[in-house]
Amino acid sequence: MSKNGPIALLFNAFVIAFMMAPLVIVCVVAFTPENTLTIPTTQFSLRWFRAVFAHSDFVQSFRNSLWLAFLSATLATVLAVPAGLAIARHSFPGRDFLNGLFLSPLIIPHLVLGVALLRTFSLIGATGSFFWLALAHVVIITPYALRLVLASVAGSDRSAEQAALSLGASQATVFRRITLPMILPGVTGGWLLAFINSFDEVTMSIFVTAPSTVTLPVRMYMYATESIDPLMAAVSALMVALTAVAMLVLDRVYGLDKILVGHR
Amino acid sequence: MNAAVPMPATHRPGTARAPWLLSAPAFLLFICLLLVPLVLTAVLSFQVFDHASGVKNSFTLSHYAAVLTDDYYHRIFWRTFWISALTTFICVLVGAPEAYVLSRMRSPWRSILLLVVLAPLLVSVVVRAFGWSMLLGPEGLVNQAIRAMGLPTMRILYTEAAVIIALVHVMLPFMVIPVWTSLQKLDPGVENAALSLGASPFTTLRRIIFPQVLPGVLSGSLIVFGLSASAFAIPGLLGGRRLKMVATVVYDEYLHELNWPLGAAIALTLLLANLVLMLSYNRVLERSYKKSMG
Repeated sequence: MSKNGPIALLFNAFVIAFMMAPLVIVCVVAFTPENTLTIPTTQFSLRWFRAVFAHSDFVQSFRNSLWLAFLSATLATVLAVPAGLAIARHSFPGRDFLNGLFLSPLIIPHLVLGVALLRTFSLIGATGSFFWLALAHVVIITPYALRLVLASVAGSDRSAEQAALSLGASQATVFRRITLPMILPGVTGGWLLAFINSFDEVTMSIFVTAPSTVTLPVRMYMYATESIDPLMAAVSALMVALTAVAMLVLDRVYGLDKILVGHR
Repeated sequence: MNAAVPMPATHRPGTARAPWLLSAPAFLLFICLLLVPLVLTAVLSFQVFDHASGVKNSFTLSHYAAVLTDDYYHRIFWRTFWISALTTFICVLVGAPEAYVLSRMRSPWRSILLLVVLAPLLVSVVVRAFGWSMLLGPEGLVNQAIRAMGLPTMRILYTEAAVIIALVHVMLPFMVIPVWTSLQKLDPGVENAALSLGASPFTTLRRIIFPQVLPGVLSGSLIVFGLSASAFAIPGLLGGRRLKMVATVVYDEYLHELNWPLGAAIALTLLLANLVLMLSYNRVLERSYKKSMG
């Protein structure tokens, strides 16, 4: 394969700089000792990080988001594994419909889902309920978990399961001892991807959260529309750091390139 | 969205029940929290709204009439459309060549830089919007650079330019991924054959590479346009109070005006416009796939 010319490399450098710029600036400004959004040049300070942890609203929202992402990612995975096995392994009437339905939250705008769920929750009196918020998140993150489960089920070898079944193992034992361990990278990868997507979600959540269940991105959005100070930068830097950690784990467990572009 | 797979005969009678049982919990959830809410919202968009007493149980088409005839909504839908179209165009111009350049990189850099381009996808969009508002503000790095060149400070933040820049940043990975995927399927032998037969690198790019990545570019455009048209946080944070797009108007109707039926009508118009566009674009896509297969 031929090499890239200097123009191509320069173009590439520009694109990389463009993609990194907003994330880098957020992380740098977070260390400013000043009261305004300035780039620290001589002194670095942790005062805004301390301010974040002293800001009870942000701490509460962070806790909400973590717990919400954990709960909804777990539920989504629990739903996606059997559904994925059914869709990948069986051909049955309605299979395409189910597959399309379960992946549809990827193409329905989150705005529309937010509006629709707000109406539903207010009719059944579920506004402000953490549990229903979690279920709403399950709907939008199930596609991510399902896709990785589908991919790993499709890539797994069925002969080991058939051998175990013919040797008299029960269906449950086969699932627990053979199928699940084989698709485990896809399941944990799907859980992590679902977790990240729930943790980052803002558009739907802004419609269906109540003051007591506000998630971190929603809190940040509302804070940023009213005031802009380095506190926002510090929270953002923490989110970038957390995402980076999640990405490293995801890369270890499943392979980041496989998730992002489908294959190596 | 998913092509109909030819259905092989079921292995044993009665096996149709097992997959439905396995999918039942997810199916139930999707009925209760996806299909039913969408139907309820569709019903809501036809209900009368009164500022004093709220939503009434009588039928009206007035919300859709307002969306379709009022100049205010025309302007917002038109702005949303051209901003999304321009974002898509820029993403094609930047994303497709970038995927091509990346695919020609050598081994460690190739995957490292690909991840650098795609990783922002996993960072919350609020963080990225905030980063851009710092870069593009009157005292931001961009304006400092402009002033250093001796030019007057430019007003970028809270204009269409800021929204488009940030949208391109958020959407670029969605263009790079499909183009990269179609580049991976490309046989390097064909490119080498064209070159060794005397075609110039430009001709090779135009006649060999481009037709083969076109389906990737088209499906990337579809995703980018659809997501841009319904983007909420970017116009909300970088467009300011006056520069409204469809999503921010829906938000205002719901949470400030409290006119839910009108908000529902706007949101469903957006959903419908998106679906119509996707389906017609899909037709074009299938035709171009057929063409590229020969």
